[in-house]
Amino acid sequence: MSGTQTTYNDKVVRQFAVMTVIWGIVGMLVGVIIAAQLVWPELNFGPWLHFGRLRPLHTNAVIFAFGGCALFATSYWVVQRTCHTRLWGGPLIPFTFWGWQIIILLAAITLPLGITSGKEYAELEWPVDILITLVWVSYALVFFGTIGKRTVSHIYVANWFFGAFIIAVALLHLVNSAAMPITLTKSYSAYSGVQDAMIQWWYGHNAVGFFLTAGFLGMMYYFVPKQAGRPVYSYRLSVVHFWALIFTYMWAGPHHLHYTALPDWTQSVGMVFSLILLAPSWGGMINGIMTLSGAWHKLRDDPVLKFLITSLSFYGMSTFEGPMMSIKTVNALSHYTDWTVGHVHSGALGWVAMVSIGSIYYLLPKLFGKKEMYSTGLVTTHFWIATIGTVLYIASMWIAGVMQGLMWRAVNADGTLAYSFVESVKGSYPFWAIRWLGGVLFLTGMLLMAYNMFKTIAGGKTEDMPVIAPAGHHA
Amino acid sequence: MDINDLRSMVTVAGLLCFLAIVAWAYGKSSKKGFEEAANLPFAEGDDDGAANQSSHPR
Repeated sequence: MSGTQTTYNDKVVRQFAVMTVIWGIVGMLVGVIIAAQLVWPELNFGPWLHFGRLRPLHTNAVIFAFGGCALFATSYWVVQRTCHTRLWGGPLIPFTFWGWQIIILLAAITLPLGITSGKEYAELEWPVDILITLVWVSYALVFFGTIGKRTVSHIYVANWFFGAFIIAVALLHLVNSAAMPITLTKSYSAYSGVQDAMIQWWYGHNAVGFFLTAGFLGMMYYFVPKQAGRPVYSYRLSVVHFWALIFTYMWAGPHHLHYTALPDWTQSVGMVFSLILLAPSWGGMINGIMTLSGAWHKLRDDPVLKFLITSLSFYGMSTFEGPMMSIKTVNALSHYTDWTVGHVHSGALGWVAMVSIGSIYYLLPKLFGKKEMYSTGLVTTHFWIATIGTVLYIASMWIAGVMQGLMWRAVNADGTLAYSFVESVKGSYPFWAIRWLGGVLFLTGMLLMAYNMFKTIAGGKTEDMPVIAPAGHHA
Repeated sequence: MDINDLRSMVTVAGLLCFLAIVAWAYGKSSKKGFEEAANLPFAEGDDDGAANQSSHPR
Protein backbone atom coordinates (compact mmCIF):
# COMPACT_ATOMS: atom_id res chain seq x y z
CA MET A 1 0.00 0.00 0.00
CA SER A 2 1.38 3.38 -0.94
CA GLY A 3 1.61 6.18 1.57
CA THR A 4 -1.14 8.35 0.03
CA GLN A 5 -4.50 7.83 1.64
CA THR A 6 -7.24 7.15 -0.89
CA THR A 7 -10.91 7.00 -0.02
CA TYR A 8 -13.82 4.81 -1.09
CA ASN A 9 -16.35 6.39 -3.44
CA ASP A 10 -19.42 6.24 -1.24
CA LYS A 11 -21.25 9.17 -2.81
CA VAL A 12 -22.73 6.99 -5.55
CA VAL A 13 -23.60 4.29 -2.99
CA ARG A 14 -25.38 6.92 -0.89
CA GLN A 15 -27.35 8.16 -3.91
CA PHE A 16 -28.44 4.69 -5.00
CA ALA A 17 -29.25 3.59 -1.43
CA VAL A 18 -31.58 6.55 -0.83
CA MET A 19 -33.25 6.10 -4.22
CA THR A 20 -33.79 2.39 -3.46
CA VAL A 21 -36.14 3.41 -0.65
CA ILE A 22 -37.83 6.16 -2.69
CA TRP A 23 -38.43 3.97 -5.76
CA GLY A 24 -39.46 1.09 -3.51
CA ILE A 25 -42.27 3.24 -2.15
CA VAL A 26 -43.29 4.45 -5.63
CA GLY A 27 -43.24 0.97 -7.19
CA MET A 28 -45.08 -0.67 -4.32
CA LEU A 29 -47.63 2.16 -4.22
CA VAL A 30 -48.44 1.50 -7.88
CA GLY A 31 -48.71 -2.19 -6.95
CA VAL A 32 -51.20 -1.38 -4.19
CA ILE A 33 -53.19 0.79 -6.62
CA ILE A 34 -53.49 -1.94 -9.25
CA ALA A 35 -54.36 -4.50 -6.55
CA ALA A 36 -57.15 -2.12 -5.49
CA GLN A 37 -58.29 -1.75 -9.11
CA LEU A 38 -58.89 -5.50 -9.25
CA VAL A 39 -61.08 -5.35 -6.15
CA TRP A 40 -62.79 -2.03 -7.01
CA PRO A 41 -62.82 -1.70 -10.83
CA GLU A 42 -64.24 1.86 -10.47
CA LEU A 43 -60.67 2.93 -9.66
CA ASN A 44 -59.63 2.54 -13.31
CA PHE A 45 -59.52 6.23 -14.31
CA GLY A 46 -59.13 7.17 -17.96
CA PRO A 47 -56.66 5.49 -20.29
CA TRP A 48 -53.47 6.63 -18.51
CA LEU A 49 -54.24 5.22 -15.09
CA HIS A 50 -55.90 2.05 -16.29
CA PHE A 51 -54.76 -1.33 -14.92
CA GLY A 52 -53.24 -2.31 -18.26
CA ARG A 53 -51.03 0.79 -18.30
CA LEU A 54 -50.13 0.79 -14.61
CA ARG A 55 -49.24 -2.91 -14.33
CA PRO A 56 -46.06 -2.66 -16.44
CA LEU A 57 -45.24 0.54 -14.57
CA HIS A 58 -45.45 -1.42 -11.30
CA THR A 59 -43.24 -4.29 -12.53
CA ASN A 60 -40.65 -1.96 -14.06
CA ALA A 61 -40.59 0.26 -10.98
CA VAL A 62 -40.11 -2.52 -8.44
CA ILE A 63 -37.71 -4.63 -10.52
CA PHE A 64 -35.55 -2.03 -12.25
CA ALA A 65 -36.01 1.08 -10.10
CA PHE A 66 -36.18 -0.42 -6.58
CA GLY A 67 -34.25 -3.65 -7.25
CA GLY A 68 -31.88 -1.98 -9.71
CA CYS A 69 -30.91 0.84 -7.35
CA ALA A 70 -30.41 -1.68 -4.54
CA LEU A 71 -28.10 -3.72 -6.79
CA PHE A 72 -26.11 -0.67 -7.90
CA ALA A 73 -25.72 0.53 -4.30
CA THR A 74 -24.68 -2.80 -2.84
CA SER A 75 -22.45 -3.90 -5.72
CA TYR A 76 -20.56 -0.57 -5.65
CA TRP A 77 -20.11 -0.88 -1.87
CA VAL A 78 -19.13 -4.55 -1.92
CA VAL A 79 -16.72 -4.39 -4.85
CA GLN A 80 -14.79 -1.55 -3.20
CA ARG A 81 -14.68 -3.16 0.25
CA THR A 82 -13.66 -6.62 -0.93
CA CYS A 83 -11.16 -5.38 -3.53
CA HIS A 84 -9.73 -2.76 -1.14
CA THR A 85 -9.69 -0.08 -3.76
CA ARG A 86 -11.67 2.98 -4.88
CA LEU A 87 -14.20 2.62 -7.71
CA TRP A 88 -12.66 2.90 -11.14
CA GLY A 89 -14.33 4.90 -13.91
CA GLY A 90 -14.34 8.64 -13.16
CA PRO A 91 -17.33 10.27 -14.92
CA LEU A 92 -18.82 6.88 -15.80
CA ILE A 93 -19.78 6.44 -12.13
CA PRO A 94 -22.16 9.45 -11.84
CA PHE A 95 -23.38 8.61 -15.36
CA THR A 96 -24.64 5.22 -14.14
CA PHE A 97 -26.60 6.97 -11.38
CA TRP A 98 -28.12 9.81 -13.37
CA GLY A 99 -28.60 7.66 -16.48
CA TRP A 100 -30.48 5.06 -14.47
CA GLN A 101 -32.72 7.71 -12.86
CA ILE A 102 -33.54 9.20 -16.28
CA ILE A 103 -34.45 5.73 -17.57
CA ILE A 104 -36.79 5.28 -14.61
CA LEU A 105 -38.42 8.67 -15.24
CA LEU A 106 -38.82 7.85 -18.95
CA ALA A 107 -40.49 4.57 -17.96
CA ALA A 108 -42.83 6.44 -15.62
CA ILE A 109 -43.85 8.75 -18.48
CA THR A 110 -43.99 6.38 -21.46
CA LEU A 111 -45.71 3.37 -19.90
CA PRO A 112 -48.88 5.23 -18.73
CA LEU A 113 -48.99 6.85 -22.19
CA GLY A 114 -49.22 3.36 -23.65
CA ILE A 115 -45.83 3.52 -25.36
CA THR A 116 -44.67 -0.08 -25.09
CA SER A 117 -43.03 -2.83 -27.09
CA GLY A 118 -45.35 -5.30 -25.39
CA LYS A 119 -42.62 -7.64 -24.13
CA GLU A 120 -43.07 -8.48 -20.47
CA TYR A 121 -40.38 -6.89 -18.25
CA ALA A 122 -38.90 -5.38 -21.46
CA GLU A 123 -41.73 -2.99 -22.34
CA LEU A 124 -39.62 0.13 -22.80
CA GLU A 125 -39.34 1.35 -26.39
CA TRP A 126 -36.14 1.44 -28.40
CA PRO A 127 -34.77 4.92 -27.49
CA VAL A 128 -34.95 3.96 -23.80
CA ASP A 129 -33.45 0.56 -24.64
CA ILE A 130 -30.43 2.31 -26.17
CA LEU A 131 -30.00 4.46 -23.05
CA ILE A 132 -30.22 1.31 -20.90
CA THR A 133 -27.45 -0.24 -23.00
CA LEU A 134 -25.20 2.81 -22.52
CA VAL A 135 -25.74 2.86 -18.76
CA TRP A 136 -25.27 -0.88 -18.48
CA VAL A 137 -22.01 -0.90 -20.42
CA SER A 138 -20.76 1.92 -18.17
CA TYR A 139 -21.81 -0.10 -15.12
CA ALA A 140 -19.86 -3.12 -16.43
CA LEU A 141 -16.80 -0.94 -17.08
CA VAL A 142 -16.93 0.57 -13.59
CA PHE A 143 -17.46 -2.79 -11.88
CA PHE A 144 -14.89 -4.82 -13.78
CA GLY A 145 -12.49 -1.87 -13.89
CA THR A 146 -12.59 -1.81 -10.09
CA ILE A 147 -12.01 -5.56 -9.90
CA GLY A 148 -9.10 -5.08 -12.31
CA LYS A 149 -7.32 -2.69 -9.94
CA ARG A 150 -7.97 -4.66 -6.74
CA THR A 151 -5.17 -4.81 -4.20
CA VAL A 152 -5.91 -8.37 -3.07
CA SER A 153 -5.38 -11.49 -5.13
CA HIS A 154 -8.77 -13.15 -4.64
CA ILE A 155 -12.05 -12.01 -6.16
CA TYR A 156 -14.60 -12.48 -3.38
CA VAL A 157 -17.57 -14.71 -4.30
CA ALA A 158 -20.10 -11.86 -3.99
CA ASN A 159 -18.32 -10.16 -6.88
CA TRP A 160 -18.66 -13.31 -8.99
CA PHE A 161 -22.41 -13.14 -8.55
CA PHE A 162 -22.56 -9.38 -9.23
CA GLY A 163 -20.31 -9.85 -12.28
CA ALA A 164 -22.44 -12.69 -13.69
CA PHE A 165 -25.55 -10.56 -13.18
CA ILE A 166 -24.04 -7.63 -15.06
CA ILE A 167 -22.81 -9.72 -18.01
CA ALA A 168 -25.97 -11.84 -18.32
CA VAL A 169 -28.30 -8.84 -18.16
CA ALA A 170 -26.29 -7.13 -20.92
CA LEU A 171 -26.64 -10.24 -23.11
CA LEU A 172 -30.36 -10.67 -22.39
CA HIS A 173 -31.18 -7.01 -22.98
CA LEU A 174 -29.30 -6.82 -26.28
CA VAL A 175 -30.81 -9.99 -27.75
CA ASN A 176 -34.40 -9.56 -26.59
CA SER A 177 -34.64 -5.85 -27.38
CA ALA A 178 -33.48 -6.22 -31.00
CA ALA A 179 -36.15 -4.38 -32.97
CA MET A 180 -36.88 -2.37 -36.09
CA PRO A 181 -37.86 1.21 -35.21
CA ILE A 182 -40.76 2.67 -37.19
CA THR A 183 -41.13 5.98 -35.36
CA LEU A 184 -39.54 7.46 -32.25
CA THR A 185 -42.07 5.66 -30.05
CA LYS A 186 -42.84 2.51 -32.02
CA SER A 187 -40.76 -0.48 -33.06
CA TYR A 188 -41.33 -4.06 -34.09
CA SER A 189 -39.42 -7.03 -32.67
CA ALA A 190 -36.70 -8.55 -34.83
CA TYR A 191 -38.29 -11.95 -34.17
CA SER A 192 -41.70 -13.31 -34.99
CA GLY A 193 -44.07 -16.05 -33.94
CA VAL A 194 -42.86 -18.77 -31.64
CA GLN A 195 -39.21 -17.64 -31.91
CA ASP A 196 -40.28 -14.28 -30.53
CA ALA A 197 -42.07 -16.01 -27.66
CA MET A 198 -39.09 -18.25 -26.92
CA ILE A 199 -36.60 -15.39 -26.97
CA GLN A 200 -38.92 -13.30 -24.79
CA TRP A 201 -39.11 -16.03 -22.13
CA TRP A 202 -35.45 -16.90 -22.43
CA TYR A 203 -35.05 -13.23 -21.51
CA GLY A 204 -37.88 -13.26 -18.98
CA HIS A 205 -36.72 -16.22 -16.99
CA ASN A 206 -33.09 -15.17 -17.01
CA ALA A 207 -34.14 -11.73 -15.86
CA VAL A 208 -35.42 -13.67 -12.84
CA GLY A 209 -32.29 -15.82 -12.74
CA PHE A 210 -29.67 -13.15 -13.13
CA PHE A 211 -31.26 -9.79 -12.29
CA LEU A 212 -33.45 -11.04 -9.43
CA THR A 213 -31.30 -13.95 -8.22
CA ALA A 214 -27.60 -13.77 -9.04
CA GLY A 215 -27.34 -10.07 -8.15
CA PHE A 216 -29.19 -10.51 -4.87
CA LEU A 217 -27.11 -13.60 -4.01
CA GLY A 218 -24.13 -11.28 -4.39
CA MET A 219 -25.75 -9.09 -1.73
CA MET A 220 -26.39 -12.12 0.44
CA TYR A 221 -22.76 -13.32 0.23
CA TYR A 222 -21.48 -10.04 1.64
CA PHE A 223 -24.15 -8.74 4.02
CA VAL A 224 -25.09 -12.02 5.73
CA PRO A 225 -21.48 -12.81 6.76
CA LYS A 226 -20.91 -9.16 7.77
CA GLN A 227 -24.06 -8.89 9.85
CA ALA A 228 -23.54 -12.34 11.40
CA GLY A 229 -19.86 -11.58 12.03
CA ARG A 230 -18.77 -14.91 10.56
CA PRO A 231 -17.38 -15.98 7.20
CA VAL A 232 -19.70 -17.76 4.80
CA TYR A 233 -20.59 -21.35 5.85
CA SER A 234 -18.87 -23.04 2.89
CA TYR A 235 -16.85 -21.18 0.31
CA ARG A 236 -16.59 -24.38 -1.74
CA LEU A 237 -20.36 -24.68 -1.90
CA SER A 238 -20.57 -21.05 -3.02
CA VAL A 239 -18.23 -21.78 -5.95
CA VAL A 240 -20.07 -24.94 -6.99
CA HIS A 241 -23.58 -23.52 -6.72
CA PHE A 242 -22.47 -20.39 -8.58
CA TRP A 243 -21.40 -22.40 -11.62
CA ALA A 244 -24.38 -24.73 -11.36
CA LEU A 245 -26.72 -21.70 -11.44
CA ILE A 246 -24.90 -20.25 -14.45
CA PHE A 247 -24.97 -23.54 -16.38
CA THR A 248 -28.63 -24.25 -15.63
CA TYR A 249 -30.62 -21.01 -15.59
CA MET A 250 -30.15 -20.27 -19.30
CA TRP A 251 -32.28 -23.31 -20.27
CA ALA A 252 -35.28 -22.94 -17.99
CA GLY A 253 -37.22 -20.31 -19.98
CA PRO A 254 -39.52 -22.66 -21.95
CA HIS A 255 -41.49 -23.49 -18.78
CA HIS A 256 -43.24 -20.15 -19.36
CA LEU A 257 -44.60 -21.58 -22.62
CA HIS A 258 -45.96 -24.99 -21.62
CA TYR A 259 -48.80 -26.21 -23.86
CA THR A 260 -48.22 -23.46 -26.44
CA ALA A 261 -46.97 -23.62 -30.06
CA LEU A 262 -43.44 -24.19 -28.72
CA PRO A 263 -42.21 -27.69 -29.73
CA ASP A 264 -42.98 -30.28 -27.08
CA TRP A 265 -39.35 -31.35 -26.65
CA THR A 266 -38.36 -27.73 -25.93
CA GLN A 267 -41.00 -27.55 -23.22
CA SER A 268 -39.65 -30.78 -21.71
CA VAL A 269 -36.06 -29.50 -21.78
CA GLY A 270 -37.23 -26.34 -20.00
CA MET A 271 -39.03 -28.42 -17.39
CA VAL A 272 -36.04 -30.70 -16.73
CA PHE A 273 -33.61 -27.80 -16.35
CA SER A 274 -36.10 -26.03 -14.06
CA LEU A 275 -36.19 -29.12 -11.84
CA ILE A 276 -32.38 -29.30 -11.76
CA LEU A 277 -32.34 -25.65 -10.66
CA LEU A 278 -33.61 -26.69 -7.24
CA ALA A 279 -30.14 -27.98 -6.35
CA PRO A 280 -28.04 -24.83 -6.93
CA SER A 281 -30.81 -22.62 -5.54
CA TRP A 282 -30.95 -24.55 -2.31
CA GLY A 283 -27.15 -24.66 -2.24
CA GLY A 284 -27.18 -20.88 -1.97
CA MET A 285 -30.03 -20.80 0.52
CA ILE A 286 -28.40 -23.39 2.81
CA ASN A 287 -25.03 -21.65 2.55
CA GLY A 288 -26.57 -18.35 3.62
CA ILE A 289 -28.65 -19.67 6.49
CA MET A 290 -25.91 -21.98 7.81
CA THR A 291 -23.52 -19.01 7.96
CA LEU A 292 -25.43 -18.27 11.14
CA SER A 293 -24.74 -21.70 12.62
CA GLY A 294 -23.32 -21.24 16.08
CA ALA A 295 -24.63 -17.68 16.23
CA TRP A 296 -28.37 -18.26 16.06
CA HIS A 297 -28.89 -16.10 19.15
CA LYS A 298 -28.01 -13.06 17.05
CA LEU A 299 -31.34 -13.48 15.25
CA ARG A 300 -33.22 -12.70 18.45
CA ASP A 301 -32.45 -9.02 18.70
CA ASP A 302 -30.96 -8.04 15.37
CA PRO A 303 -33.75 -7.00 12.96
CA VAL A 304 -31.32 -6.57 10.06
CA LEU A 305 -30.28 -10.20 10.41
CA LYS A 306 -33.97 -11.11 10.69
CA PHE A 307 -34.57 -9.49 7.30
CA LEU A 308 -31.60 -11.25 5.72
CA ILE A 309 -32.31 -14.73 7.07
CA THR A 310 -36.07 -14.51 6.42
CA SER A 311 -35.29 -13.47 2.86
CA LEU A 312 -33.29 -16.68 2.47
CA SER A 313 -36.20 -18.73 3.82
CA PHE A 314 -38.49 -17.18 1.22
CA TYR A 315 -35.81 -17.78 -1.41
CA GLY A 316 -35.78 -21.46 -0.45
CA MET A 317 -39.58 -21.62 -0.55
CA SER A 318 -39.98 -19.97 -3.92
CA THR A 319 -37.14 -21.95 -5.51
CA PHE A 320 -38.91 -25.12 -4.38
CA GLU A 321 -42.25 -23.88 -5.65
CA GLY A 322 -40.82 -22.77 -9.02
CA PRO A 323 -39.44 -26.16 -10.12
CA MET A 324 -42.66 -27.78 -8.94
CA MET A 325 -44.76 -25.36 -11.01
CA SER A 326 -42.56 -26.02 -14.05
CA ILE A 327 -43.69 -29.67 -14.11
CA LYS A 328 -46.07 -29.77 -17.05
CA THR A 329 -48.95 -31.45 -15.22
CA VAL A 330 -48.72 -28.98 -12.32
CA ASN A 331 -48.38 -26.12 -14.79
CA ALA A 332 -51.59 -27.25 -16.50
CA LEU A 333 -53.34 -26.26 -13.29
CA SER A 334 -51.28 -23.25 -12.23
CA HIS A 335 -50.58 -21.41 -15.50
CA TYR A 336 -52.50 -18.17 -16.14
CA THR A 337 -53.86 -18.24 -12.58
CA ASP A 338 -53.03 -16.11 -9.54
CA TRP A 339 -50.81 -18.93 -8.25
CA THR A 340 -48.13 -17.60 -10.62
CA VAL A 341 -48.64 -14.11 -9.21
CA GLY A 342 -48.29 -15.51 -5.69
CA HIS A 343 -45.12 -17.38 -6.64
CA VAL A 344 -43.56 -14.27 -8.15
CA HIS A 345 -44.32 -12.24 -5.03
CA SER A 346 -43.02 -14.93 -2.72
CA GLY A 347 -39.73 -14.33 -4.53
CA ALA A 348 -40.15 -10.58 -5.05
CA LEU A 349 -41.40 -9.51 -1.62
CA GLY A 350 -40.01 -12.35 0.48
CA TRP A 351 -36.61 -12.75 -1.13
CA VAL A 352 -35.60 -9.80 -3.32
CA ALA A 353 -37.21 -6.99 -1.32
CA MET A 354 -36.28 -8.35 2.10
CA VAL A 355 -32.63 -9.03 1.28
CA SER A 356 -32.43 -5.53 -0.24
CA ILE A 357 -34.12 -3.91 2.74
CA GLY A 358 -31.78 -5.73 5.14
CA SER A 359 -28.72 -4.72 3.14
CA ILE A 360 -29.82 -1.08 2.89
CA TYR A 361 -30.46 -0.98 6.66
CA TYR A 362 -26.89 -2.25 7.08
CA LEU A 363 -25.54 0.44 4.75
CA LEU A 364 -27.49 3.54 5.77
CA PRO A 365 -25.86 4.27 9.14
CA LYS A 366 -22.39 3.58 7.73
CA LEU A 367 -23.02 5.82 4.73
CA PHE A 368 -24.06 8.74 6.92
CA GLY A 369 -21.50 8.38 9.69
CA LYS A 370 -23.87 6.98 12.31
CA LYS A 371 -23.44 3.98 14.59
CA GLU A 372 -26.89 2.58 13.90
CA MET A 373 -30.27 3.43 12.42
CA TYR A 374 -32.24 6.25 14.10
CA SER A 375 -34.63 3.67 15.53
CA THR A 376 -33.87 -0.06 15.75
CA GLY A 377 -37.40 -0.59 17.11
CA LEU A 378 -38.85 0.76 13.87
CA VAL A 379 -36.67 -1.67 11.90
CA THR A 380 -38.12 -4.53 13.95
CA THR A 381 -41.66 -3.20 13.34
CA HIS A 382 -40.88 -2.95 9.64
CA PHE A 383 -39.70 -6.55 9.64
CA TRP A 384 -42.90 -7.92 11.19
CA ILE A 385 -45.22 -5.78 9.04
CA ALA A 386 -43.36 -6.84 5.90
CA THR A 387 -43.42 -10.52 6.87
CA ILE A 388 -47.15 -10.51 7.67
CA GLY A 389 -47.84 -8.60 4.44
CA THR A 390 -45.88 -11.13 2.38
CA VAL A 391 -47.59 -14.12 3.98
CA LEU A 392 -51.06 -12.59 3.45
CA TYR A 393 -50.16 -11.86 -0.16
CA ILE A 394 -48.87 -15.29 -1.12
CA ALA A 395 -51.43 -17.32 0.87
CA SER A 396 -54.35 -15.45 -0.71
CA MET A 397 -52.88 -15.90 -4.18
CA TRP A 398 -52.34 -19.64 -3.62
CA ILE A 399 -55.99 -20.09 -2.70
CA ALA A 400 -57.25 -17.87 -5.53
CA GLY A 401 -54.91 -19.50 -8.05
CA VAL A 402 -55.75 -23.11 -7.25
CA MET A 403 -59.45 -22.23 -7.17
CA GLN A 404 -59.23 -20.54 -10.58
CA GLY A 405 -57.30 -23.46 -12.07
CA LEU A 406 -59.82 -26.00 -10.78
CA MET A 407 -62.82 -23.95 -11.94
CA TRP A 408 -61.42 -23.40 -15.43
CA ARG A 409 -60.73 -27.08 -16.01
CA ALA A 410 -64.00 -28.41 -14.53
CA VAL A 411 -66.30 -29.91 -17.17
CA ASN A 412 -69.82 -31.29 -17.08
CA ALA A 413 -70.67 -34.83 -18.14
CA ASP A 414 -71.47 -33.61 -21.65
CA GLY A 415 -68.04 -31.93 -21.99
CA THR A 416 -69.18 -28.34 -21.59
CA LEU A 417 -67.39 -26.07 -19.11
CA ALA A 418 -68.83 -26.22 -15.61
CA TYR A 419 -68.07 -22.56 -14.87
CA SER A 420 -68.01 -19.39 -16.92
CA PHE A 421 -64.85 -17.27 -16.59
CA VAL A 422 -66.68 -14.52 -14.73
CA GLU A 423 -67.69 -16.99 -12.02
CA SER A 424 -64.01 -17.55 -11.23
CA VAL A 425 -63.55 -13.76 -11.14
CA LYS A 426 -66.41 -13.48 -8.65
CA GLY A 427 -64.92 -16.21 -6.50
CA SER A 428 -61.53 -14.45 -6.48
CA TYR A 429 -62.75 -11.15 -5.02
CA PRO A 430 -62.22 -11.90 -1.31
CA PHE A 431 -58.68 -13.14 -1.99
CA TRP A 432 -57.86 -10.12 -4.12
CA ALA A 433 -58.96 -7.98 -1.15
CA ILE A 434 -56.62 -9.92 1.16
CA ARG A 435 -53.80 -9.53 -1.38
CA TRP A 436 -54.43 -5.78 -1.45
CA LEU A 437 -54.19 -5.71 2.35
CA GLY A 438 -50.90 -7.64 2.22
CA GLY A 439 -49.57 -5.08 -0.25
CA VAL A 440 -50.72 -2.18 1.94
CA LEU A 441 -48.83 -3.70 4.89
CA PHE A 442 -45.66 -4.15 2.85
CA LEU A 443 -45.90 -0.55 1.60
CA THR A 444 -46.46 0.71 5.17
CA GLY A 445 -43.21 -0.98 6.15
CA MET A 446 -41.40 0.89 3.39
CA LEU A 447 -42.86 4.20 4.65
CA LEU A 448 -41.49 3.43 8.12
CA MET A 449 -38.14 2.72 6.48
CA ALA A 450 -38.19 6.08 4.69
CA TYR A 451 -38.96 7.93 7.95
CA ASN A 452 -36.21 6.02 9.72
CA MET A 453 -33.82 6.73 6.84
CA PHE A 454 -34.40 10.50 6.80
CA LYS A 455 -34.04 10.66 10.59
CA THR A 456 -30.76 8.73 10.28
CA ILE A 457 -29.52 11.01 7.50
CA ALA A 458 -30.35 14.18 9.46
CA GLY A 459 -27.14 15.61 10.89
CA GLY A 460 -25.12 12.75 9.47
CA LYS A 461 -21.60 13.05 8.08
CA THR A 462 -20.96 12.19 4.46
CA GLU A 463 -17.19 12.09 4.41
CA ASP A 464 -15.72 9.32 2.30
CA MET A 465 -14.04 6.60 4.30
CA PRO A 466 -10.37 5.82 3.70
CA VAL A 467 -9.47 2.68 1.79
CA ILE A 468 -8.23 0.17 4.30
CA ALA A 469 -5.25 -1.99 3.44
CA PRO A 470 -6.22 -5.66 3.63
CA ALA A 471 -5.26 -6.89 7.07
CA GLY A 472 -2.86 -9.82 7.22
CA HIS A 473 -3.15 -10.45 3.52
CA HIS A 474 -0.41 -11.90 1.38
CA ALA A 475 -0.98 -10.74 -2.19
CA MET B 1 -21.53 -35.00 -38.92
CA ASP B 2 -24.52 -32.70 -38.67
CA ILE B 3 -25.09 -29.80 -36.35
CA ASN B 4 -26.87 -31.94 -33.77
CA ASP B 5 -23.65 -33.86 -33.08
CA LEU B 6 -22.00 -30.54 -32.31
CA ARG B 7 -24.89 -29.64 -30.00
CA SER B 8 -24.53 -32.95 -28.14
CA MET B 9 -20.81 -32.41 -27.82
CA VAL B 10 -21.28 -28.94 -26.37
CA THR B 11 -23.71 -30.33 -23.80
CA VAL B 12 -21.30 -33.10 -22.79
CA ALA B 13 -18.40 -30.61 -22.69
CA GLY B 14 -20.52 -28.40 -20.42
CA LEU B 15 -21.13 -31.28 -18.04
CA LEU B 16 -17.44 -32.29 -17.98
CA CYS B 17 -16.49 -28.68 -17.37
CA PHE B 18 -18.88 -28.50 -14.41
CA LEU B 19 -17.55 -31.76 -12.95
CA ALA B 20 -14.01 -30.38 -13.28
CA ILE B 21 -15.12 -27.29 -11.36
CA VAL B 22 -16.57 -29.47 -8.59
CA ALA B 23 -13.35 -31.50 -8.41
CA TRP B 24 -11.32 -28.30 -8.26
CA ALA B 25 -13.54 -26.70 -5.60
CA TYR B 26 -13.41 -29.74 -3.34
CA GLY B 27 -9.74 -30.46 -4.04
CA LYS B 28 -7.15 -29.95 -1.31
CA SER B 29 -5.20 -27.35 -3.24
CA SER B 30 -8.02 -24.77 -3.20
CA LYS B 31 -8.62 -24.94 0.54
CA LYS B 32 -6.16 -22.29 1.68
CA GLY B 33 -7.11 -19.83 -1.06
CA PHE B 34 -10.80 -20.25 -0.31
CA GLU B 35 -10.23 -19.59 3.37
CA GLU B 36 -8.39 -16.38 2.57
CA ALA B 37 -11.12 -15.35 0.15
CA ALA B 38 -13.89 -16.15 2.64
CA ASN B 39 -12.32 -13.71 5.10
CA LEU B 40 -12.05 -10.84 2.62
CA PRO B 41 -15.18 -9.05 3.93
CA PHE B 42 -13.56 -8.97 7.37
CA ALA B 43 -10.30 -7.31 6.36
CA GLU B 44 -11.82 -3.86 6.68
CA GLY B 45 -10.89 -3.21 10.27
CA ASP B 46 -14.46 -2.36 11.30
CA ASP B 47 -15.21 -5.71 12.89
CA ASP B 48 -14.41 -6.57 16.46
CA GLY B 49 -12.48 -9.78 16.21
CA ALA B 50 -14.75 -11.20 13.55
CA ALA B 51 -11.80 -11.49 11.20
CA ASN B 52 -9.70 -14.63 11.16
CA GLN B 53 -12.63 -16.62 12.46
CA SER B 54 -12.01 -19.06 9.67
CA SER B 55 -12.73 -22.15 11.72
CA HIS B 56 -15.06 -23.54 9.07
CA PRO B 57 -13.34 -26.64 7.73
CA ARG B 58 -15.89 -27.17 4.98
